[in-house]
Amino acid sequence: MDILETLKTLWESSGFHSFLIDGGWKNLIMICVSCVLLYLGIKKKFEPLLLVGIAFGCLLVNLSYFGSGSSDALYHLDLWDNFLNHDHPDYHSYGAIMRNGGLLDILYIGVKAGVYPSLIFMGVGAMTDFGPLISNPKSLLLGAAAQMGVFLAFFGAICLGFTGNEAASIGIIGGADGPTAIFLTTRLAPHLLGPIAIAAYSYMALIPMIQPPLMRLLTTKKEREVKMEQNRVVSKTEKIIFPVIVAMFVILLLPSTAPLVGCLMLGNLWRECGVTERLSDTVQNALMNIVTVFLGISVGATTAAERFLSLETIKIVVLGLTAFCFSTVGGLLVGKIMYKLSGGKINPLIGSAGVSAVPMAARVSQMEGQKANPSNFLLMHAMGPNVAGVIGSAIAAGFLLAVFK
Amino acid sequence: MLNNAILSAAAEEVKELSIGDAAITAIFGYCVVFAGLVCLMIVLYCTGAYFKSKNAKEEAEKKAVAQKSAEKTASVVETKAELPLAPGSAGHVKLFDVPDKEAAMIMAIVADKMQKPLNELHFISIKEVK
Repeated sequence: MDILETLKTLWESSGFHSFLIDGGWKNLIMICVSCVLLYLGIKKKFEPLLLVGIAFGCLLVNLSYFGSGSSDALYHLDLWDNFLNHDHPDYHSYGAIMRNGGLLDILYIGVKAGVYPSLIFMGVGAMTDFGPLISNPKSLLLGAAAQMGVFLAFFGAICLGFTGNEAASIGIIGGADGPTAIFLTTRLAPHLLGPIAIAAYSYMALIPMIQPPLMRLLTTKKEREVKMEQNRVVSKTEKIIFPVIVAMFVILLLPSTAPLVGCLMLGNLWRECGVTERLSDTVQNALMNIVTVFLGISVGATTAAERFLSLETIKIVVLGLTAFCFSTVGGLLVGKIMYKLSGGKINPLIGSAGVSAVPMAARVSQMEGQKANPSNFLLMHAMGPNVAGVIGSAIAAGFLLAVFK
Repeated sequence: MLNNAILSAAAEEVKELSIGDAAITAIFGYCVVFAGLVCLMIVLYCTGAYFKSKNAKEEAEKKAVAQKSAEKTASVVETKAELPLAPGSAGHVKLFDVPDKEAAMIMAIVADKMQKPLNELHFISIKEVK
């Protein structure tokens, strides 16, 4: 046995050697990025349930994938390129992924097939009380208004040279809805999934920092002080009928929203119907946690240095922030209009909750309202636009999907 | 199916997506979101109005039933007041929504707690607190 030759072979097959050749330094940068994301998730508690998984997925892929020759990698970009290439024999072949892929390739099938985002929506539906929305249907206007950022960012992305499909995927970051962003991106621009998912979840975590300055800028103290009347009590029957009506109405309107809206409303029906507590409990807890594990780690895997470190990523990060800000502004502006039309009975702060980050955006409205008037309780009023935003962003995604697919 | 026709028209427009086309698509998309949610809002208002009127009816019926039972109780009380006093008792007691058996039990408990004979106590009225 030639010890030196063996040592040389071992060295050349190691990741340390790969750092020194052919752009391996990019992997080093991405490893640092993953450490920063881990820090933000663990220490700063920025959406830790997802961000820790995404960060570790990012770490794993950048430790093992150094280009198309990396047979031991956990995730193979080249396999997924073949999967999307019309002329390749492995086009749309999950079998090829199962045969040749690593662990993260196999987990990523759930993202690619749109299974994880839909299941997350099922859990969100099972955890959400739509009562505030049912008792005050005007909230839907705020949920619609807060989709402004989606379409402004879409337009901005086209101006910056992205294709229609890419621009649609970037714009949906403004919906402040991680599963919807992932769902749409895997269908329209899967090569951008890494930066879009990371931007979406990072900004959702940063809502308490992004929204308050805009809220204070666009509203007067008098408007922020408004105390709203208590909503009417919603009967059990209304809560049971609501998911059925919404599913029928929205899916008939935009069939492309069926996986998201269908799962959201099924989860909610299980919660409200009163005869499926076991299922509701499983979807809210066990299933949600399992899917979060798979989703986080497989989305993180798409951040291979080879693709992630590009000018496009920086543009996506900037456009994502713009989308978030304009969504907040859209909700606040319509909130102000409603304040005027209602004769000062509606607090415009609840408009910013129209971005669908549930329940973080509603909490921010509550905190800002209470800062202006300590006896103000806006949380339940803000939950209406907040859950309306979930439906609004699903409709926006459905529209973009129908147009660009 | 809103929009198979509209969407296909939009899709045609965006085949080559110039800035103008992008602006039209963005405005159109925003309008579709608004239109969808406004329609949903109308549906919710309609179902809400139906349930509100149904609840109001039920409440009115409940009130009517409660009023009838209150009238009945009052007439019972009046009837009892006309009856002669039981030997050794301290006077009549007015009962509001309380059955005789429960009233007797309450009076017995009170007498027991006070360590006084029941015929030395005068209960003026017993009313159920709702």
